[in-house]
Amino acid sequence: MSEKLLDIKNLKVQYKSGNVPVCAVNGIDLSLNKGETLGLVGETGAGKTTTALAILRLLPERTGLIPEGSITFDGQNLLEMSEEDMRTLIRGEKISMIFQDPMTSLNPVMTVGEQIAEAIEYHNSTREGEEKIPVDERVNEVLEMVGIPASRKDEYPHQFSGGMKQRVVIAMALACEPELLIADEPTTALDVTIQAQVLAMMSELRDKLGTAMILITHDLGIVASICDKVAIMYAGKIIEAGSLEDIYVSKEHHPYTVGLFGAIPNLKVETRRLSPIEGLMPDPSELPSGCYFHDRCPHCMEICKHEYPDVYTDGTHSIACHLFTKKGVQEDKDE
Amino acid sequence: MAKLTFKSQKRKENEEFALAYTRGHSMTADIWRRLLRDKSSVVSMGFLCIIFLLAIFANLLFDEALVTAQDYSATNQPPSFEHWFGTDLYGRDIFIRMVFGSRVSLAIGIITMAASMIIGGLLGAIAAYFGGKLDGIIMRVTDMFMAIPETLLALCVVAAMGASAVSLIVAMTVASIPGNCRLVRSTVLGIVDTEYVEAARASGMRNLGIIIKEIIPNSLGPIIVVSTQGIANLMLTASSLSYLGMGIQPPNPEWGAMIAEAREYLRSDPYMCIIPGIVIVLTALSFNLLGDGLRDAMDPRLKD
Amino acid sequence: MVKYTVKRLLLLIPILLGVAFIIFTIMDFTPGDPAIRILGPESSVEAREQLRVELGLNQPFLIRFFEYIKDIVLNLDFGESYRTGNPVFEDVFARVPVSLTLAFSGMVLATVMGLPLGVYSAVKQYSKSDSFLRVASTVLVAMPTFWLAMLLILVFALYLGWLPSGGVTAGWMSYILPTITVGVPYGSKILRMTRSTMLEEIRQDYVRTARAKGVPEKVVIYKHSLQNALLPVITTIGTSFGAIMGGSVIAESVFNMPGLGQLIVLSIEAKDTPCVLACVLLLAFFFAVVMLLVDLFYAFVDPRIKAKYSK
Repeated sequence: MSEKLLDIKNLKVQYKSGNVPVCAVNGIDLSLNKGETLGLVGETGAGKTTTALAILRLLPERTGLIPEGSITFDGQNLLEMSEEDMRTLIRGEKISMIFQDPMTSLNPVMTVGEQIAEAIEYHNSTREGEEKIPVDERVNEVLEMVGIPASRKDEYPHQFSGGMKQRVVIAMALACEPELLIADEPTTALDVTIQAQVLAMMSELRDKLGTAMILITHDLGIVASICDKVAIMYAGKIIEAGSLEDIYVSKEHHPYTVGLFGAIPNLKVETRRLSPIEGLMPDPSELPSGCYFHDRCPHCMEICKHEYPDVYTDGTHSIACHLFTKKGVQEDKDE
Repeated sequence: MAKLTFKSQKRKENEEFALAYTRGHSMTADIWRRLLRDKSSVVSMGFLCIIFLLAIFANLLFDEALVTAQDYSATNQPPSFEHWFGTDLYGRDIFIRMVFGSRVSLAIGIITMAASMIIGGLLGAIAAYFGGKLDGIIMRVTDMFMAIPETLLALCVVAAMGASAVSLIVAMTVASIPGNCRLVRSTVLGIVDTEYVEAARASGMRNLGIIIKEIIPNSLGPIIVVSTQGIANLMLTASSLSYLGMGIQPPNPEWGAMIAEAREYLRSDPYMCIIPGIVIVLTALSFNLLGDGLRDAMDPRLKD
Repeated sequence: MVKYTVKRLLLLIPILLGVAFIIFTIMDFTPGDPAIRILGPESSVEAREQLRVELGLNQPFLIRFFEYIKDIVLNLDFGESYRTGNPVFEDVFARVPVSLTLAFSGMVLATVMGLPLGVYSAVKQYSKSDSFLRVASTVLVAMPTFWLAMLLILVFALYLGWLPSGGVTAGWMSYILPTITVGVPYGSKILRMTRSTMLEEIRQDYVRTARAKGVPEKVVIYKHSLQNALLPVITTIGTSFGAIMGGSVIAESVFNMPGLGQLIVLSIEAKDTPCVLACVLLLAFFFAVVMLLVDLFYAFVDPRIKAKYSK
């Protein structure tokens, strides 16, 4: 059943505004099958949003560069497509994106109906006769789908609450039934109670429409509740990836992942205090040598300071850390 | 009339700048360093330095008598080695008249700016800091003043007081107080709302202490920027009023008045009008560019 | 909306009264005796005294102001010109068409020039044409109106002989240079404002949303960004109208056009207080009306404001 939908190989993204390039994404590999949901986890500034924008080729024109890598979607390399094809065939049609802040991601002077219709109309214009989607009906349909009465389509964004706005954004993203939905922290800006509602609705719609999803978040709880796969990013690198079990059940972890879990309160185990990860993420304009995490790592070894670790894999689980690769090396020697 | 529902863009920019600025401005040395990196600011400062030095040391460099001394044997001469900018209809050296005229133009621009910024600024700060009824009254009065186009308001004052340098200064001060009042009000409002003022208040600092330690230093940045560019506008207005005969009276040299005198000779001796005009444009341009540069230097994030 | 418009029209009254009071007060400081100005220096003391009583000049300040306003409201009577002896209303109204034509054509030129070029400059940020427009608009903003007018006369009237150098005898041809004079500097201001607002709007989240759903770049810019950027730009255009009327005082005197601006200058020179007062009041009135239109237009474009008003 698993057919590859998205395959990212060695993707690098740099921002050039001053003299020193800012290395936001430093060679990541990601793959996603049809209908699967991937949780992309990491701190603010780890390069999650940049990765998402790179997939849609929406990086800032002058400053955002992709010096290396490939993004294959449905067998096509997105990085080699023309801008026109990207717009008509991919954006909003096959890949949609939901942005972090619903308050600012809707145009204040257009009705929500118009904004949803827009997503459909511009793709209709490239479709042949019968394939065209009837715009008005579809607008009503998607609004009802996200739980908004279709009668409210002539209202303006300022007449909606935050949670309702995010529903509108979701409706807009799903209007053309995309194959991949990228949700960039879709609930961070919402109240906790609304968060749960919106998430539940999103996973329900995903199941109904069979859409694959990349969920960008820093909330490990959300990931556990709706994702199939998890990738953890740190300083523009994926440091650990695997299935939900690999990350939540397995004993072997990257020290950063251990740190991330340590920073979450656990109600079942009595802990006196949370254990935050000491230090800060490195400055992406001057990345350290070796493993990017080494100066914050409690298990830092000499080799970590000089060499970026290879990826250690165990089934679907992969970890980029010398703790595991080194152990592998030693076992080899022992035999 | 301007009980605008939305702030004008300029005000919005200034407010945003004020806010960004108050969120954490860098040290003076830093600002200076960034300013020196900006080419147009450096060139502007260089040009303004020359103008200021010439204005200040005019007496030492040139004979002041030449400003008004008429020489009918040398009228309407085009620029030459002897007379760099040529001579006017009375045979006076235009360059020397411009040098002495710069004293008048610069003084009028700077004095007016300072006066209107101090008066308008105080009113605006009072309105913002104390709010309530006082704020309402001050704002309604500025609304009324702002319903009168600035040039017209200035003309009225000149009309009532008679044309002279003093009435020119009073007129332009009156005309530009309302704008400055509003600017300072919005800047101070931005600062009063910040957490650090809240914190100062929470830690028991008194009104006066907050005003001296927090509000004045933090609103200084936007005020300096606006004042720099304001001087340019005031110099332009002053020269326009003098051109209309409402400002400095002949034979005193003033840039606008000199161009007015050259009007009759536009066809035969265009240099008489063109050269002083270029000097006015360059001076106003320098103040404007310096203001832009200062703004960027004080808050680098605002630059595109 | 109707309610709001009526409310805003009613609000004009206190503002105009305030304006009248300010101008009346300032002009009251004018030194010299109006009676001497009207009757001439050789007139007898008795005649002057009689005239003062007739004109109500020996009344206290506030009563004079009240009488002045009363006459305007009831009879459209702005008093008599000291200079010509005619009713001020006639002198002033005869000159309104010239001034309004100039101010409106100037504003139209400023908008037609500033808005599209500002958008173009923002869209082509960092390009050569953007740098050129930035430099040109910065220089034009720093140019004194009267000097620009003289340069235009020099080139187009004196050297090329294409256009008249003054007066209004040549029909619309005689409005071309004055319109450029008042329009271009404010067009440059609008250009700068439009550019910076557009640059700001292009970076907004909703623009990214529109791009992400596959909306063509042209629509993103001209529909989404421009519509939002228009709001602050409209305000600038509105406030420029006041400045353009100020600028037309200068343009009218350089180009020798029989408008309100020229009348103001003449009246100030003649210390003709009633006439100055009437002209300034009238211009302030036009300005107030334009600002009212701007506010209404706002409500028309921005649903958020419309909603606020209909409450």
